[in-house]
Amino acid sequence: MTLLDIVDLHISVEEREIIKGINLQVEASEIHAIMGPNGSGKSTLTNALAGQEGYQINHGSANLEDKDLLKLSVEERARAGLFLAFQYPVELPGVSNVEFLKTAVDSSRRANGLDDISTVDFMKELRQLVKKLDLDPEILKRGVNEGFSGGERKRNEIVQLLCLKPRVALLDETDSGLDIDALQTVARGIKEFRSPQTGIVLVTHYQRLLEFVQPDFVHVMLDGRLVRSGDASLALELEAKGYAWLQN
Amino acid sequence: MKLQEPHKPEEVLAQEYAAGFVTDIETESLPPGLSEEVVRKISELKSEPDWLTEWRVDAFHKWLEMEEPKWAHLEYPAIDFQDISYFARPKGEPPKSLDEVDPEILQTYEKLGIPLHEQKMLAGVAETESPPVAVDAVFDSVSIATTFKNTLREHGVIFCSFSEAVESHPDLVRQYLGKVVPIRDNFYSALNSAVFSDGSFVYVPKGVRCPMELSTYFRINAANTGQFERTLIIADEGSYVSYLEGCTAPMRDENQLHAAVVELIALDDAEIKYSTVQNWYPGDEHGRGGIYNFVTKRGMCRGAHSHISWTQVETGSAITWKYPSVILRGDHSVGEFYSVALTNNHQQADTGTKMTHIGKNTKSTIISKGISAGKSSNAYRGLVRMNPGAHNARNFTQCDSLLIGSECAAHTFPYIESKRRDSIVEHEATATRVSEDQMFLCQQRGIDPEKAVSMIVNGFCKEVFRTLPMEFAMEASKLLEVSLEGAVG
Repeated sequence: MTLLDIVDLHISVEEREIIKGINLQVEASEIHAIMGPNGSGKSTLTNALAGQEGYQINHGSANLEDKDLLKLSVEERARAGLFLAFQYPVELPGVSNVEFLKTAVDSSRRANGLDDISTVDFMKELRQLVKKLDLDPEILKRGVNEGFSGGERKRNEIVQLLCLKPRVALLDETDSGLDIDALQTVARGIKEFRSPQTGIVLVTHYQRLLEFVQPDFVHVMLDGRLVRSGDASLALELEAKGYAWLQN
Repeated sequence: MKLQEPHKPEEVLAQEYAAGFVTDIETESLPPGLSEEVVRKISELKSEPDWLTEWRVDAFHKWLEMEEPKWAHLEYPAIDFQDISYFARPKGEPPKSLDEVDPEILQTYEKLGIPLHEQKMLAGVAETESPPVAVDAVFDSVSIATTFKNTLREHGVIFCSFSEAVESHPDLVRQYLGKVVPIRDNFYSALNSAVFSDGSFVYVPKGVRCPMELSTYFRINAANTGQFERTLIIADEGSYVSYLEGCTAPMRDENQLHAAVVELIALDDAEIKYSTVQNWYPGDEHGRGGIYNFVTKRGMCRGAHSHISWTQVETGSAITWKYPSVILRGDHSVGEFYSVALTNNHQQADTGTKMTHIGKNTKSTIISKGISAGKSSNAYRGLVRMNPGAHNARNFTQCDSLLIGSECAAHTFPYIESKRRDSIVEHEATATRVSEDQMFLCQQRGIDPEKAVSMIVNGFCKEVFRTLPMEFAMEASKLLEVSLEGAVG
């Protein structure tokens, strides 16, 4: 079953074409890694798919299951099952993690005609998730990312992922800035999310995360195009030879 | 083809004002205009004693000599004080009990969610876990009903309309009226002193902790009428009282004037907590109509170790001019000011506080949160004064502004006057914007933009909401949500 189907997608930012025709099919249960140097367009792709402002789609299509993503608002895409883990998660001062996540979960539930989740059930699950990600349960009362370290922010993104249970997760450099322990924790969270019903797109610079999360496919992005696709061994090859190897 | 844009926080739609209905009752009011005769007439209509009539007339003459203050960061057309009616009340004999109150008026309070029936609340113990709240309901110029008077009386607490207090407790009224806010304090306090209509009166005797929250709900209903209420709260030695004030008015195209005076007096070891949720009609999205709110609120910490705390949530009014202040006269007394002021569309607010430190070891805290959306303007104005005798006085001020969109404005005017070397005055200020990244984060998690903004704003106000009684905090938070409606597209 195809969860995410991107066909010949072209995206511009301020009149400049950044993504120059990308095709990507993510089937249920698959993990795809997109690797590439800075400025190759990785974040442009994930942000535009999530619907962030300022990205112009010039051509192509992007479907999440049977839904045309490009016709939906940001929140509708999210409720349809698209999740973006941010490269730089921002703070929401005074908005507690509990309140934020409960509001998010209930927004999707309401949009799908369901009642709000029971607070007791929700809190029970959330506390377990926080523990799994090696975070202090006290952070639930704190504002979203308020005063969090870089590593805490990234782990908090994975808490949100596991709590919201989307169909497709786009993880934008979730591994950057993590020490080796935190990296393993995050990897554990990603593996927990992986299931026969979900799809994952990992955007990363390095092979590091892929040692802990085995991708089914590795794609190399250079200058807005996926220039090479292969299995996990491609990442190792890249690590050895560098991107320059593919530049011609 | 363009990706659908996430909603920008600055796209402003019309806002809904749920309290904007008019109650259809017959009103008798004085014709517009202000003169000594009108002042005397008001006093006569209220069957007041001579001393009060003369006090009013004196105030009227002082007012004539005074000028409207122009220093606030506000712009509005000149107010024609001869074009306002200074007294309006529902027609007929004043009601002696709740049973005699016009059902239309009762319905008004029901619609506003304000409980006027004691028995209902008592019977509803199972439904509501929260303790009952005693209510004084002021409709235009008169108090309609005060609940739980008997329960309170058992504790020696006097809670009644100001008019009733003049009749039943003239000595207390005479002793304290105008002592914290003198007639000449400012143009609007002088006007209020001349024409004040009704309001609430509270006296908590020595050592008594008031057994329930007291509250007054002010409602302006009649057109072309000003409301000039007067509230006086006295907390005797070692007593405690928490008082809440709410206000609403119908949606009308013309502006209406509201000029209240509130005086608080705390004697030795007494504590007064005064909370306001101000939701006067703010005018429409084009800036038509709305209440002009020129209010003087001041508390006097007269005794040693006394404590006065103001919390205000200001979401309404076209114009807000209001500086709830504390005079810290007693040694070791404490003054606090917690404020959330939200302006949207064309609203203008110039609000803040004055902390005057006179006694030794006095302490004050100011937390102000200003939120501006639409084309509104929001100013914090504060004065911290350390007098020569204020040995070891301390103040901490935190002043935060949150901007939603790019057409609004936030201003901060903090004044500090210190006559002492040993005083400590701290001032912290921040100005932030609801960023598109914050909106994107919320929306990416499935949250509507409207909900996202109200969540972010509520988070910003958390420190102040924490100081409100539970139910009021929830009301305030809901009110913010409504007031922000349309602050995103």
